[in-house]
Amino acid sequence: MVISEEKIWELLKEVRDPELPALDIIEMGIAREIKIESGKVTVVITPTYSGCPAMFMIETEIRDVLSKNGITCDVKTTYTPAWTTDWLTEEAREKLRQYGIAPPGKDIEEIFNKNTKCPFCGSDDTKLVSNFGSTACKSIHYCNSCVQPFEHFKCI
Amino acid sequence: MAEFDVKTRELLFNYILGIADDRLILGHRLSEWCGHAPIIEEDIAMANIALDCIGEADAFYKLAATFDTEGRSADDLAFLRDSTEFRNVQLSEQPNTDFAWTIARQFFTDAFYVPFFEELAKSSYEELAAPGAKALKEVKYHLRHSREWILRLGDGTEESNSRLQDAVDNLWMYTREFFEFSDSVKLLYELDIVPDNSALLEKWKETVLPVLKDALITIPEDPPYFATGGRNGLHTEHLGHLLAEMQVLPRTYPDAKW
Ligand SMILES: [Zn+2]
Repeated sequence: MVISEEKIWELLKEVRDPELPALDIIEMGIAREIKIESGKVTVVITPTYSGCPAMFMIETEIRDVLSKNGITCDVKTTYTPAWTTDWLTEEAREKLRQYGIAPPGKDIEEIFNKNTKCPFCGSDDTKLVSNFGSTACKSIHYCNSCVQPFEHFKCI
Repeated sequence: MAEFDVKTRELLFNYILGIADDRLILGHRLSEWCGHAPIIEEDIAMANIALDCIGEADAFYKLAATFDTEGRSADDLAFLRDSTEFRNVQLSEQPNTDFAWTIARQFFTDAFYVPFFEELAKSSYEELAAPGAKALKEVKYHLRHSREWILRLGDGTEESNSRLQDAVDNLWMYTREFFEFSDSVKLLYELDIVPDNSALLEKWKETVLPVLKDALITIPEDPPYFATGGRNGLHTEHLGHLLAEMQVLPRTYPDAKW
């Protein structure tokens, strides 16, 4: 069987970050590159956060999904270029919002000095509850307008 | 992969270990709060910051391992070295004591690591610049968190103020090791691989002093001497105890797998 890069990209859409199941690892920008050299497949991934505990699981799932399709692969981790929330497309951001997570802003300083928009009602009348939420990539906020807590994907 | 001569490889090994050890030891200390922090949000914050630190350590250990003449892995470096081989600054190993000490230790560390990683990210050695750039994004959040708590505790109640003052007074002597610029670091600096640490002290003061002042904390007089030696394996009694707890499992069951 000839293994094509397109086919592998297609299969990788099945792999999701367990902490952010709204997006697949391509939309997340975690899957960076696929190398095929004399039939040997290497998938290059990059962590969202250095200590992201989901990376191990994502690696395992990439191997599983590909092996189910008769492809064995190596998974390599790279830190260059460092993952950034800038890679999330408008479409991915909208998916996050619909999932109930306020998408990341464009600039960390702006985030530090501005209220985060509520993903449920769109209000700016919100406050930061904690810089650290259920996972390292999210902070916790509270919306004064619709009176509910929500998470924000931090800008990094 | 950049090519370095034997001498540079040895210098790089030790230098990168210093960063990795700083992050791992601090991360382990923070993890000791898990389940014990004063409020749930802080329990989560401590665990998340610990996770960032340990993840950063992992990236730097993996890089250090590529220069190790003994062929050790990242895990071997973390779990199978003794305290005299650890190169972290003594500040990172200081015990949690109470929440104020933990926050003061964190704030002093973050105020160094933000400008340090900013500089490291510019290294001509890309493999070193990359984890630096990655970590920079994380420590900015750590600094934001620790700065807020310095203000909250210092300008809080009489009790919180006195505890923070006590922490600042006691930890002040451990705040200069970050800025040591030894001859071996200088050699790497001249190769454009690492920043000049000593130049970061002014930036550190610009971050730390105004916040302490706003927090109504009296800035301590400089002590007769500042703690030193961590980068050469000289540590306070606290590191041995920390390592005993952190390393017991992989040392008892060398083949243990997750
Ligand atoms: Zn709302």
